[in-house]
Amino acid sequence: MIATSVVLAAPTKPVDGVALTVVIVIFVLVAALGFLAARWRVKPAERGLKTLDEWGLGGRGFGNWITWFLLGGDLYTAYTFIAVPAAMWGTGAVTGFFAVPYTVVLYPIVFLLMARLWSVSHRHGFVTPADFVGGRYGSKSLSTAIAVTGIVATMPYIALQLVGLKAVLSVLGLGSASNPFMADLPLIIAFVVLAAYTYTAGLRAPASIAIVKDLLIYIAVIVAIVWLPAHFGGWGAIFDSASSKMAATNPVTKNPVGSIIPGATSFNAYWTLALGSAMALFMYPHSITGVLATKSRNTIRRNAVVLPLYSLMLGFLALLGYVAIKAGTVPVGVDGKINPQLIVPQLFLDNFPSWFAGVALAAIAVGALVPAAIMSIAASNLFTRNIYRDLFKPNATPAEEAKVSKVTSLVVKVGALAFVLLMDQSAAINMQLLGGIWILQTFPSIVAGLYTRWFHRTALLIGWAAGIVYGTWAAYNVVNPATHAHFGGSIATIPFTNIPVYIAVTAFVINAIVSVVLTLIFKAVKVKDGVDITTAPDYGADETDPKVADLEKKVSWTDPSTDTPIV
Amino acid sequence: MSSSEIPTRGPARPAPYVVSGVLLAIGIIMPLIVPMYAREDPRLFDIPFFYWYQMLWVFIDALLLWIIYLIIMREDRRRRDAVRPGGADAAAAVRNDGGEAGR
Repeated sequence: MIATSVVLAAPTKPVDGVALTVVIVIFVLVAALGFLAARWRVKPAERGLKTLDEWGLGGRGFGNWITWFLLGGDLYTAYTFIAVPAAMWGTGAVTGFFAVPYTVVLYPIVFLLMARLWSVSHRHGFVTPADFVGGRYGSKSLSTAIAVTGIVATMPYIALQLVGLKAVLSVLGLGSASNPFMADLPLIIAFVVLAAYTYTAGLRAPASIAIVKDLLIYIAVIVAIVWLPAHFGGWGAIFDSASSKMAATNPVTKNPVGSIIPGATSFNAYWTLALGSAMALFMYPHSITGVLATKSRNTIRRNAVVLPLYSLMLGFLALLGYVAIKAGTVPVGVDGKINPQLIVPQLFLDNFPSWFAGVALAAIAVGALVPAAIMSIAASNLFTRNIYRDLFKPNATPAEEAKVSKVTSLVVKVGALAFVLLMDQSAAINMQLLGGIWILQTFPSIVAGLYTRWFHRTALLIGWAAGIVYGTWAAYNVVNPATHAHFGGSIATIPFTNIPVYIAVTAFVINAIVSVVLTLIFKAVKVKDGVDITTAPDYGADETDPKVADLEKKVSWTDPSTDTPIV
Repeated sequence: MSSSEIPTRGPARPAPYVVSGVLLAIGIIMPLIVPMYAREDPRLFDIPFFYWYQMLWVFIDALLLWIIYLIIMREDRRRRDAVRPGGADAAAAVRNDGGEAGR
């Protein structure tokens, strides 16, 4: 066994050869799997994945099992695995453990909404949420707003996956070379390979890789949660040491560092963070991509019943942040500075044999690749369908769309890479914080549209803008007490009160109120509204119901007299 | 009537949807009432109540959703059979052919 101890004072960390080898081997296997996926469940006629349905939605044919792995890999990202325990380790329950109620209340919401979105998308061939909004409201400005919000919110999310990957590489001792290009080389190689197999295999690549990644992460978390607490004196001792760390006074704010049980003043922050995040998650394009790639209306509902298993794992992973406090883990980066994000990788490396630590670190690293691939595909689909096709090239053929989307996925990844390499890491985190606020502002258009056509398209657009402006302004005004930087957090008081809540929720309420009031006004003065191409039966269609395009063909064959444009 | 307005499902009966709605609301609201569970005791395996209670809701929500799924699917099947040509038997055949294959 190679010694895994870390020399604290040294400017560079020793490289753990065994763990690194395991990570590299798993990475190579996963890359091979990614390329092979280009032929996975592809009909010979579809080779080369020349439509968005094939490349961007994996042929719209994923069943229960693949969807479970795909969405598990998509929603519970590497950054979650890194950041949630880091928050628990740093400041305790409020900023970290809300992830558990968040990913619990998520599933009733998914169960309720996503089957209807699947049905209407199946009938009309919608690939993105903005496709749906465009079809429902007949408004290019609204669908463009939804698409741009989706792309802008997704970009920093991809960048954060790189931050997660970087944390793993850093704990392994990579990236300490004096030459900055050499330091980032492993990250660049990982991302170039990822970009290549995503380009080749589309959504099938992350779907197949997700199976490997999820199995690895389950093994790592189960072993850690069974073995570590017993090794460190049981849960009682672990919570005691976390409690005393949180009770200490922060030298900057003169307040306690944190708390293991939230006090009454943070109750509203806690539940609004959970609810707002849950409402926002399935507005993200990468989540909707996962839903639309399923083969039947009820695949997502069956998955909503079994996906919470991942939330349980996330809860245990969060508690590893406290285990690390008791274990005395010191998360030192290659630059010799303390970086809370390294806490879980370091915990594994310190307390397990190198080969097993390697498996756990590889699970996190591959866990960064899966969502990064799906997110880049989702962002590319939005660009292709709702910007390239809708605004510039209305007659684009399916083959052209696939081509544009493939190339865009490369651009998106290079952009995210540049973001992480050229800008400070906190820029990605700030942007992600804003992205969560922004994406929730698409909720009224998308979700209300699934149930009613009552809202006026212009009212929704102005409501969206109001939510974005308020949310951005409020987030800007949150100042970090230690560094005095803006965008210091996602909690602010509701205007004219002193109740601190998640900014995204306040912005959402403003958005909804503006949308309702303006719809009433626009209806009263009879402002022209857009044409809705969907019908009520579309929202209940299942996989055996024909697509609208096929219905139209059939009608014109059998009865020429009804050959009128179908609206 | 355009062809896309042909109903995909018959009219709904309210009861299954009302029951499901109530269960869904429980699954969303209960895990969010923080004052109910922001406490240390009682502990389970030395884990404070705050933590194990929230993780317990993972199981409760999964169970609730499973019950809702069974209720909704029954009503959904009835509604589809009501509009499919040839009645329930033909619709079931279509379902077995298309929907269930390769699950």
